[in-house]
Amino acid sequence: MSGAANAFLQGISRPESKANGDHPSWLNSLRRSAFEWVGAHGFPTGKDEAWKYTQVAPILEIPFAPAEPGARRALSPDEVIEIAGELGGPRLVFVNGYFVPELSALKSLPAGVKLGSLASAFTQEGEALESLLWRRFRERPQTFTALNAALGEDGAFIRIPAHTSVEEPIHLVFLSDAGATPLVSHPLSVVFAGAGSRVTIVETHAGIAGGIYLSNAVTEIVLDDGAVVEHYKIQNEAESAFHLAFMDVRQGRASRFSAHSVAVGAALARHEVKVALEAPEAQVVLNGLYLPRGRQLLDNPTTIEHAAPHCTSRELYKGVVDGHGRGIFDGRVVVQPGAMKTDASQTNKNLLLSTSAQAYTRPRLEIFADDVKCAHGAAVGQLDDEALYYLRTRGIPQQAARDLLTDAFTAEMLELIQVPPLRSRVRQMLATRFADCPSAGVPA
Amino acid sequence: MLEIRDLHAKVEGREILRGIDLRVNAGEVHAIMGPNGSGKSTLAQVLAGRDSYQVTAGEVRYEGRDLLTLAPEERAVAGIFLSFQYPVEIPGVGNLYFMRTALNALRLQRGLEAIDAMDFLTLAKEKMKLVEMDPSFVNRSVNEGFSGGEKKRNEILQMAILEPKLAILDETDSGLDIDALRTIAAGVNALRAPDRALLVVTHYQRLLEYIVPDHVHVMVNGRLVASGGKDLALELEKRGYAGFEPQPATPATNATRTAVGARP
Amino acid sequence: MSAVQNELRAFTEREYQYGFVTEIETDEVPRGLNEDVIRLISSKKNEPEWLLAWRLKAYRHWLTMAEPSWANVVHPPIDYQDIIYYSAPKPKGPGLKSLDEVDPEVRAMFNKLGISLAEQERLSGVAVDAIVDSVSVGTTFKDKLAAVGVIFCSFSEAVRDHPELVREYLGSVVPYSDNKHATLNSAVFTDGSFCYIPKGLRCPMELSTYFRINAADTGQFERTLIIADEGSYVSYLEGCTAPIRDKNQLHAAVVELVALKDAQIKYSTVQNWYPGDAEGRGGIFNFVTKRGKCAGANSKISWTQVETGSAITWKYPSVILQGDNSVGEFYSVALTANRQQADTGTKMIHIGKNTRSTILSKGISAGRGQNTYRGLVKILPGATGARNHTQCDSLLLGDQCGAHTFPYIEVKNPSARVEHEASTSKIGEDQLFYCRQRGIPAEDAVSMIVNGFCREVFKELPMEFAVEAQKLLSVSLEGCVG
Repeated sequence: MSGAANAFLQGISRPESKANGDHPSWLNSLRRSAFEWVGAHGFPTGKDEAWKYTQVAPILEIPFAPAEPGARRALSPDEVIEIAGELGGPRLVFVNGYFVPELSALKSLPAGVKLGSLASAFTQEGEALESLLWRRFRERPQTFTALNAALGEDGAFIRIPAHTSVEEPIHLVFLSDAGATPLVSHPLSVVFAGAGSRVTIVETHAGIAGGIYLSNAVTEIVLDDGAVVEHYKIQNEAESAFHLAFMDVRQGRASRFSAHSVAVGAALARHEVKVALEAPEAQVVLNGLYLPRGRQLLDNPTTIEHAAPHCTSRELYKGVVDGHGRGIFDGRVVVQPGAMKTDASQTNKNLLLSTSAQAYTRPRLEIFADDVKCAHGAAVGQLDDEALYYLRTRGIPQQAARDLLTDAFTAEMLELIQVPPLRSRVRQMLATRFADCPSAGVPA
Repeated sequence: MLEIRDLHAKVEGREILRGIDLRVNAGEVHAIMGPNGSGKSTLAQVLAGRDSYQVTAGEVRYEGRDLLTLAPEERAVAGIFLSFQYPVEIPGVGNLYFMRTALNALRLQRGLEAIDAMDFLTLAKEKMKLVEMDPSFVNRSVNEGFSGGEKKRNEILQMAILEPKLAILDETDSGLDIDALRTIAAGVNALRAPDRALLVVTHYQRLLEYIVPDHVHVMVNGRLVASGGKDLALELEKRGYAGFEPQPATPATNATRTAVGARP
Repeated sequence: MSAVQNELRAFTEREYQYGFVTEIETDEVPRGLNEDVIRLISSKKNEPEWLLAWRLKAYRHWLTMAEPSWANVVHPPIDYQDIIYYSAPKPKGPGLKSLDEVDPEVRAMFNKLGISLAEQERLSGVAVDAIVDSVSVGTTFKDKLAAVGVIFCSFSEAVRDHPELVREYLGSVVPYSDNKHATLNSAVFTDGSFCYIPKGLRCPMELSTYFRINAADTGQFERTLIIADEGSYVSYLEGCTAPIRDKNQLHAAVVELVALKDAQIKYSTVQNWYPGDAEGRGGIFNFVTKRGKCAGANSKISWTQVETGSAITWKYPSVILQGDNSVGEFYSVALTANRQQADTGTKMIHIGKNTRSTILSKGISAGRGQNTYRGLVKILPGATGARNHTQCDSLLLGDQCGAHTFPYIEVKNPSARVEHEASTSKIGEDQLFYCRQRGIPAEDAVSMIVNGFCREVFKELPMEFAVEAQKLLSVSLEGCVG
């Protein structure tokens, strides 16, 4: 490991947990193993296929310190709503990775639903968490998820009992507030959706006042047979921040999972999604929209693993890249031997708005079964000249015509958002973004 | 020519044919009518030799031979032709090339010389007039991008080229407008001959106005429940199938339609 | 087992038709690789000092390089010291003056392969450079081509007779340091074909190289260099076979193409190296670096390949689109049966303005074969108006094989349009039944459907090759009704 990597690792490690709640012994041993693993394997480089376009070396140069519980300054619930929006359901708020009860709003939930901080769940839910977290670490350790396991102390814990529906969306708000010292936090969210249950979860990741920080987030979602989970992720970190996230999803028989990611913030952000379709007739939908501008790099690796027959996957990611931004999509669909009657389709479309914008796309299929229907498509291009011309002949000024077509390109993704207040919030976010981005109007 | 005795057949473990008896002589046209799911198309597929259809009892003799022991291609070269309800697309395989290969397989069996591409083109063009098919179709891949009507014309064109002894038309009228139906019927009628028999499977009486049958059979729930002359078809049109149903109808799933292979 | 699977089972049991060995007396260098071996190869070929120096530079660089590990193939490590790097049929006389003096056994071997070394025979439209193991044993129609200014000869002769051309272009498209296999080739290459088409000339006949590995334990390391001067056109064909042996043999070739302004090169390959047996024993490791440079404006390079042989195929015929308005094409059929592995595709590097590329890849996987398409489309900032269209289709024949698609798309110019599509299918029961109902035997039906799948690629091949390619696929299907 390089000197910088070593210094980085030393800088962010902390032997003692600062969160409330005890750490059971299995957790301590997991944390140790994970930390050792990182020490032994180091950080990914451009030679790792999965990190080909996302270089973490600049992150390792920054003297990060571990985040502490407690905000630097007092926030009011109204400010939280201003930053993250009000979705009408229960809300858990985390600042720098630690749960803040006074900012959270726990409404009444159906009987048996558990919703709270992970730190307090480690002891009560030990058994389930132990096998889940160990399994991920054993099966596919990665540097940053291992760091999350080694150093993460808090996050959200959600358990929905079998055949229970939570009607209102559960909002998980992860706020970061770094001052002069660059901070790193490792929030971990765990969702267990029982058989036939139904829940919608929204994660918002945002910065409070800029600053340099690294949010190294992990989300674990387990869907039991027939469970229906909708997940939304709004990544709106400070533009000086780094956001590395990993979402791991396991699906039981005939369960349905859908994820929608909207990425606009951070200097460098990576939101990796892995879905394992472990039992027949499971269905997954992954949607994503990423809008890098300035010098932002937004990376979207996804893996859908068809490990059982008769499963369906649909994936649609769209990128609008402006300024010197870089948009990356890396989608893997793996069909394991025996996963017959798999039906998988994957689409990635990119719109380049400026001369220095860059798009990288890797739609990948790995197929080990013959009775399958798999297709993927990827496209990179600019606004359609014909359409622009058509609009202009109808008297629409060039700038307005470009905005209109860009809106049309992203509108499809907005329509897919099933939570109305969230949809209007994202629409608002995009509108502001395109409005204060003059280069969108400069012809390429 | 064809003699079916007490034929029972299963598809995916479900019994669809429950004892069919039918005798077809050379020169005759037989129509089999029945509601959806009655087993008409299953009978057609079983006669052509589809693997996924399992014959559980009974026998079928064709020109004195045990038909059920023959492979599909052996039945084809012996003169049995099935016009498919859903003709499949075969990308990249030229329509003309496909038909010539089929004709030559048949000629080879009969000890004739293979026909070359030039002679075949002349033959195909002549036959295409019969079904009023645009000559450009010969250059396209088998059924690829054909409309429903074009596919059915292509089936009858193949029938005209292969000159079968026993032609089975499976729902040839489905999805056709009246003009296409007339053209196709005219094509079929042109092929009627004393040494050729036709088995017309259809849901509606409409087709039988154009291809007039000698015998009409009503199939319900895997059995032929009534037989008669062409008037029986008209009677059915008026009365519907209800009067023929000896027991409550099976759900109207189209059990004879098989899954199309994985092809996005 | 379904009917289709039954029909396809023999795909895994196909026999290799070119597996015979010809007894020829050979001249070999000692087994293993070191600077002395490289010096010995160079001296056997009476090479100039600069070429030896280039070889040694490559060798020293090679020692520092790691084996490429990114490809989706699995094989035991290659023991580079257990390979004979030079093996040539011993000339019977004092040296070859004309084609008539080619060793009758070598001539007979080529006849058996269906390649005529006699100029007056059937394929009179095709000039052949015949390469056995490490050397060229004869080039047909050399004089006739020379009369119109075309240089077509073995690489060794080109070094001797046209050193200025070789020196200018050798390593100009594939540098000696490019990748481990190409660097090894740069150090030890023994022969190959050289071709230069003068300005404005449309080469009057197809040029071809036929590669034959015959000796045991040798590797074949040939190098092909084709230069199409301004406004010229050439169509080049390449075929290859090897005997059945239970040990893997390494074939690490380099092909460099240079198309100057307005020039066009069409390069077609039918690769049928010994694929190994049903258990995956033996077969050729085909690790080939092929790259063309559209150096001038309006130039065009088109690669067409039909890859049916080799235990492992690792090859990415690529085009560097440097000249404005230049065009790159890649058409590929790759078949993997038994335990064959193929990781193949292309790179289209768009540098010039309005450059266009087309990629059409058809992968067929059968038995336990693993077939990977790997492609890079890179649009650099200056490539205004660049276009690419890629289509990758996979056909799976059996439930134990694999089909994989790894496209990389990197776009750094907003006016570019890049599109990629991929699909995966199998032969449907209903397609097979439809053909059989029309009287076509199952075996012919499978062959017909597979050929139909490949049609768009086959139509890019020159006539003789198209027929051979179709035959090759059909041979693979022989005896498949089980």
